[in-house]
Amino acid sequence: MRQGAAASVALLIAFLAAWEWGPGLLGIPSFIVPPLSMVADEAVRMWHVSGLAFHTGITAIEVLAGFVIGSLLGAFIGYLLGMSPVAEIALSPYILALQIAPKVAFAPLFIMWMGFTVYPKILVAILIVFFPVMINVLTAVRTVDPDLVNLARAFKASRAQIFWKIEFPASLPPLFAGLRIGSTLAVVGVVVGELVGGNLGLGYLLSFGEGQANTPMVFVAIVMLTVVGAIAYLLVILIERRVLHYLPKRIQTGF
Amino acid sequence: MSVIRLEYRRVSMHFMQGGNGRLTAVQDVSVAVGDGEVVSLIGPSGCGKSTLLNIGSGLTAPSEGDAFVDGERVQGPNAHVAFMLQKDLLLPWRTIAENVAFGVEIQGVAAPERKRRAQALLENLNLAEFAGHYPHQLSGGMRQRVALARTLAVDPTVLLLDEPFSAVDAQTRMVLQRELAQTLKRSGKTALLITHDLQEAVTLSDRVLVMSKRPGRIIDEIAIDIPDRDDPLKRRQHPKVNDIVNRLMERLDIGAPDDAVQGRA
Ligand SMILES: Nc1ncnc2c1ncn2[C@@H]1O[C@H](COP(=O)(O)OP(=O)(O)OP(=O)(O)O)[C@@H](O)[C@H]1O
Ligand SMILES: [Mg+2]
Repeated sequence: MRQGAAASVALLIAFLAAWEWGPGLLGIPSFIVPPLSMVADEAVRMWHVSGLAFHTGITAIEVLAGFVIGSLLGAFIGYLLGMSPVAEIALSPYILALQIAPKVAFAPLFIMWMGFTVYPKILVAILIVFFPVMINVLTAVRTVDPDLVNLARAFKASRAQIFWKIEFPASLPPLFAGLRIGSTLAVVGVVVGELVGGNLGLGYLLSFGEGQANTPMVFVAIVMLTVVGAIAYLLVILIERRVLHYLPKRIQTGF
Repeated sequence: MSVIRLEYRRVSMHFMQGGNGRLTAVQDVSVAVGDGEVVSLIGPSGCGKSTLLNIGSGLTAPSEGDAFVDGERVQGPNAHVAFMLQKDLLLPWRTIAENVAFGVEIQGVAAPERKRRAQALLENLNLAEFAGHYPHQLSGGMRQRVALARTLAVDPTVLLLDEPFSAVDAQTRMVLQRELAQTLKRSGKTALLITHDLQEAVTLSDRVLVMSKRPGRIIDEIAIDIPDRDDPLKRRQHPKVNDIVNRLMERLDIGAPDDAVQGRA
């Protein structure tokens, strides 16, 4: 464990060093790959001039809203379909079609509907987070050991008791696996929405930097997006550790 | 015989096979188990033993005939019976004490009483110090003991046991067998024990029922008149045990050429 952490820190240092001095040594011009210090300077400039904090905040709020609403919807529909085979058969072709359709392609449409606000971005995130969460919950409810359900039934458990005491807790590990995926996808959905239209968020700064041929600015936006995504992911893991505390340690992964 | 606690009256069970007709798992089975009696049920794989257990616990309704528990016709799950399977079926998100209390919790027993019962049972089975542990922290044998405690916690009159010890190692099995025998004797519970272990059947029960190949019928019944039903280790030494095991093997056609051909097919 400790060795792994040490190696991880060493790798980070090596990476940052390569970023700072690599381009110069390889003769790559700074408008292609700006060194670390230049990106850092640009971040400071953007903080003061371009409202970096404001745009990061907007993106973070959109990611949070899209993730929470998308997860709740996905989990709800997942449990519903998991408990009602009839509903699943009726809805599965449509769900499959929606799942295959590239969700980010809806971004322009949503912007046409809702204008250059935060809402179309949140909507794209909701749509993209929904599926992994729903599929994981649905599969989890379907694959609960029937003997466990029979055990509860033999004690005369009601349908609600079977759900709350068996199916729901049994579905939590796959639900959290879905939430982890969802937390990273939420960032993708939001950024695509911001890139397509509007003047809000890190996606906007990204396309603005591109328009100005300001490579350091593009790098700053990418780094901040990664930070937002990483925080969302870590929050999910933190909650997961709390909720799934009963799992043996070796099943809980580091990330 | 004293009061009959568990009875199958001319029970048959047919399962629909996808399109091509039906499969008869159990054919015209009649069994009566008296109060405090322990009866073992043996028979080839697939002869319908677990099917009978499911019918007794009210999880499946028989195609023909009826099952009775405590004189009442079984019409669904009821509080008089509890079952225990080869799988311990412990819920990984519950502590050992919470797992033991699972049945009584569903039945609506108040929390303090649940705790008291779980604690008492865990003490009886030498598991008190593990009350706050989670199932993955226990060995297979300990988990199976917790499953037994959960089955006893609802205080059923009849226990249905489906190969309860077949997944644990030979030494642990002997320990668990003795614990079960003592518990059954002490509490005076009635039990139907399904097993593939002929020695287990003989050392633990008052009577052994033999089922035929599918469609399963009862083809033999042997009373075990050996003392010390609460001490299978002592019973094991008794000279009669081997004779009975041999007779059971004969009845099951173990080693017969007919069986060998079937096994290859
Ligand atoms: N729900 C079901 N649907 C269809 N067939 C079933 C069902 N349950 C059991 N069967 C069939 O009924 C027969 C008896 O099954 P059962 O599980 O009772 O056997 P068993 O005696 O317990 O076998 P084993 O010793 O291997 O546990 C088998 O052929 C099985 O395939
Ligand atoms: Mg069976």
